[in-house]
Amino acid sequence: MEAPAHPIVQRFAARAVADEARDVPTFWIDAARIHEVLTFLKDEVERPYRMLYDLTAIDERMRRAAPGPPREMTVVYHLLSLERNQDVRLKVAVPSEAPAVPTATDIWPSASWYEREVWDMFGVKFDGHPDLRRILMPPTWRGHPLRKDHPARATEMGVFELPDERAQAEEEAMRSAEREPTDSTRILTLNLGPQHPGTHGVLRIVLDLDGERIVDARPDIGFHHRGAEKMGERQSWHTFIPYTDRIDYLGGVVNELPYLLAVEALAGIEVPDRAKVIRIMLCELFRIASHLVWYGTFAQDLGALSPVFYMFTDRERAFQIVEAICGARMHPGWFRIGGVAQDLPRGWDGLVREFCEHMPDRLREYDRMVMKNPIFQARTRGIGAYTTAQAIEWGVTGPGLRATGLGWDFRKKRPYGGYDHFEFDIPTAAAGDSYARAEVRVAEMWQSLRIIEQCVNDMPGGPVKADHPLATPPPKERALHDIEALITHFLGVSWGPVIPAGEAFCGVEATKGSNGYYLVSDGDVHPYRVRIRTPSFPHMQMLPAISRGLMVSDLVTILGSIDFVLADVDR
Amino acid sequence: MMPLAILLGVVTFAGGLVWAERRLLALWQDRYGPNRVGPFGLLQVVADAIKLLTKEDWVPPFADRALFVLAPALVMVTALLSFAVVPVAPGIGVVGSNVGLLFFLAMTSMGAWGVVLAGWASNSKYSLLGGLRSAAQLLTYEAFMGLSLCGVVILAGSFDLREIVLAQRRVWFVVPQIVGCLTFLVAGLAAIHRLPFDLPEAEAELVAGYHSEYSGMKFAMFFVAEYVGITLISALSAVLFFGGWLGPVLPPIVWFFLKTSFFVGFFILLRAALPRPRFDQLMAFGWKVMLPVSLANLLVTGAIVLS
Repeated sequence: MEAPAHPIVQRFAARAVADEARDVPTFWIDAARIHEVLTFLKDEVERPYRMLYDLTAIDERMRRAAPGPPREMTVVYHLLSLERNQDVRLKVAVPSEAPAVPTATDIWPSASWYEREVWDMFGVKFDGHPDLRRILMPPTWRGHPLRKDHPARATEMGVFELPDERAQAEEEAMRSAEREPTDSTRILTLNLGPQHPGTHGVLRIVLDLDGERIVDARPDIGFHHRGAEKMGERQSWHTFIPYTDRIDYLGGVVNELPYLLAVEALAGIEVPDRAKVIRIMLCELFRIASHLVWYGTFAQDLGALSPVFYMFTDRERAFQIVEAICGARMHPGWFRIGGVAQDLPRGWDGLVREFCEHMPDRLREYDRMVMKNPIFQARTRGIGAYTTAQAIEWGVTGPGLRATGLGWDFRKKRPYGGYDHFEFDIPTAAAGDSYARAEVRVAEMWQSLRIIEQCVNDMPGGPVKADHPLATPPPKERALHDIEALITHFLGVSWGPVIPAGEAFCGVEATKGSNGYYLVSDGDVHPYRVRIRTPSFPHMQMLPAISRGLMVSDLVTILGSIDFVLADVDR
Repeated sequence: MMPLAILLGVVTFAGGLVWAERRLLALWQDRYGPNRVGPFGLLQVVADAIKLLTKEDWVPPFADRALFVLAPALVMVTALLSFAVVPVAPGIGVVGSNVGLLFFLAMTSMGAWGVVLAGWASNSKYSLLGGLRSAAQLLTYEAFMGLSLCGVVILAGSFDLREIVLAQRRVWFVVPQIVGCLTFLVAGLAAIHRLPFDLPEAEAELVAGYHSEYSGMKFAMFFVAEYVGITLISALSAVLFFGGWLGPVLPPIVWFFLKTSFFVGFFILLRAALPRPRFDQLMAFGWKVMLPVSLANLLVTGAIVLS
């Protein structure tokens, strides 16, 4: 805890829980006072916490040892102050029977979807929420999946049957996202998706159209929901790693990093330098690969058929390097607790150097082909624009935030995993529209190339995994020499490591924005709670606000410029 | 025999065009394209045709059945009928009409009806939006397509396409009518709604636009009609502005074929190179730029011819 008492302590004299949270100041607040505290932190305090970074809950009923006040469930608010470059975590204890807290939707518009998610997953009611419906699960779902008493596997739930009546009831329930238009002779309701070539996945947007003009747009998400957070509670700390790859499925290893950094923070593992640089190099390769997919598909959304083929060819080159190093391509599952799975193969540097020499010419050509094209510019400039203040209000991070002129990049502001040793710039743009977002991403690819070059030139030697009993899988060499090492190895491989009790949060600059993992450990072989804060979720929530009044074609432009991945929205 | 030969020729050319387009696009996009069925993948078109012909001929229960069936036929028939007036070479052609050009314009407008009807009859929202876009777009571009050709008519003094070709013996009309030629190409692209004017079927926005609900043979008719349309606009560009069959050494029919193929290639290249403007931008471009330009061109041409 910092030397002068946190303003929240000065003002509310709330009890600070220091032992549980390692890197984020955490405070327990009464449900009755939470609205007041949130308002204070957002609007009144000096250098305010203007972003609602995350809002989630924990079902605490199965905890073995939980410091803090007695409670059955906890609602967790995670606020971010850009001015302070500091987070604060607020916890509200609620009962498991009919839990309720006042809504924060009147403070942050972005609270709406987060509160709906907590309602959907935990059954916590938010009094005063204007539209408290399920968001990820189907409207007909029974129970709240992230409660500990909700089954985690299909085999625990009885046989699934879908007779005609039920299928019809399910379909009818889907209509709840549609709204009876006030002026039904003028307004056309159009279901864009869940299967539609312009939505880049299973996303449904209910559009109210006046001609081709969008009167209102209501994204309906959850079609890609796979219960990743619930799975985290069943997997061991080690075996959950491959699941993270598939959250932002274009980001590959970028997803593994925040999870592992949080686990390593809990376990107190210091990762050796070589592993850090390997991780960063792979992350930046994946950033380029992900941005290339965005670049190509964005151009294709606007009707340019060719760029996507060139860009996928270049992405293939990045994947060849990833494959040479990891053996897999899109989802390598390559990082490990305490390092990476194996050392780099012979000849890796040649491959990476070749890529770094190849890309600049290609990027310049794409610039001429896409960014400088007048039709492309006419389609993207001024479309889907928002200001920095709006972006913060809606919880926008990543290129979407930097396109408004704010140079906020977690790699620079909170250097994690060794990024402080690298030289790179934070590209920004001013307009905050679709074109600006494109500009930022294109410039980011250049910066990623810079980082990769530095990785090749200054790759440190040494081990690629920490010499630590919790590093998984543990080094094999000594396992056959002494019995203690053998036992540790055996337990680490068969059960998985036992990570000390506590909480850890780590947020990184992922390809689409800030991806954060908030882990709660109960001192067991698997996490007690895995909260995955993804960038695409708040970005998608902002869609209606920036697309009203525009045309259907503009909606496609905006969707492309947001660069979301549906698995990243729904988890 | 002649009409049948031309009909077969056009349909074969359009079929070959499907293959040529896919191969050319692939070439420009660093990939292979269809290369498995037959030599160079040439039989891919045949395979596709067999597939489409043998598919279930399905009409959605919510569609307006009569119009739903009529629409693709209308598009196909008007596209093919236009070829009746195209002079391929001296002595080769279906009819020599003294209002050939007007007949072509009339058929193009009729074809637009087919697209609008398809959008309406499908009774699906995406189709409807596609049909609406199509109606608006064709209205806009019809307006100056005719105007862009008036310069040619003034210079040749005839609506007869043969007369127009013969009038170009001294100099191709593309020289005095460069503005007319460019505006005609744009209007032609819009008439056959090819990218960048493919808004009625903009995939990322409207799924498949006006033909979202079509499948099997009826879809094939829209599909073939599109390629017949490309051939038609290319052939007319050659006839109206590039001297039709006129040319040294090679026989006239070869010249006609080469010139037509050149424009076909150009249209395919455009598809590979350009993104798609927005609907309202396209309309604004039509009314605010192309229409005044065509009118100015007509005015200048008229003034020069009269003086």
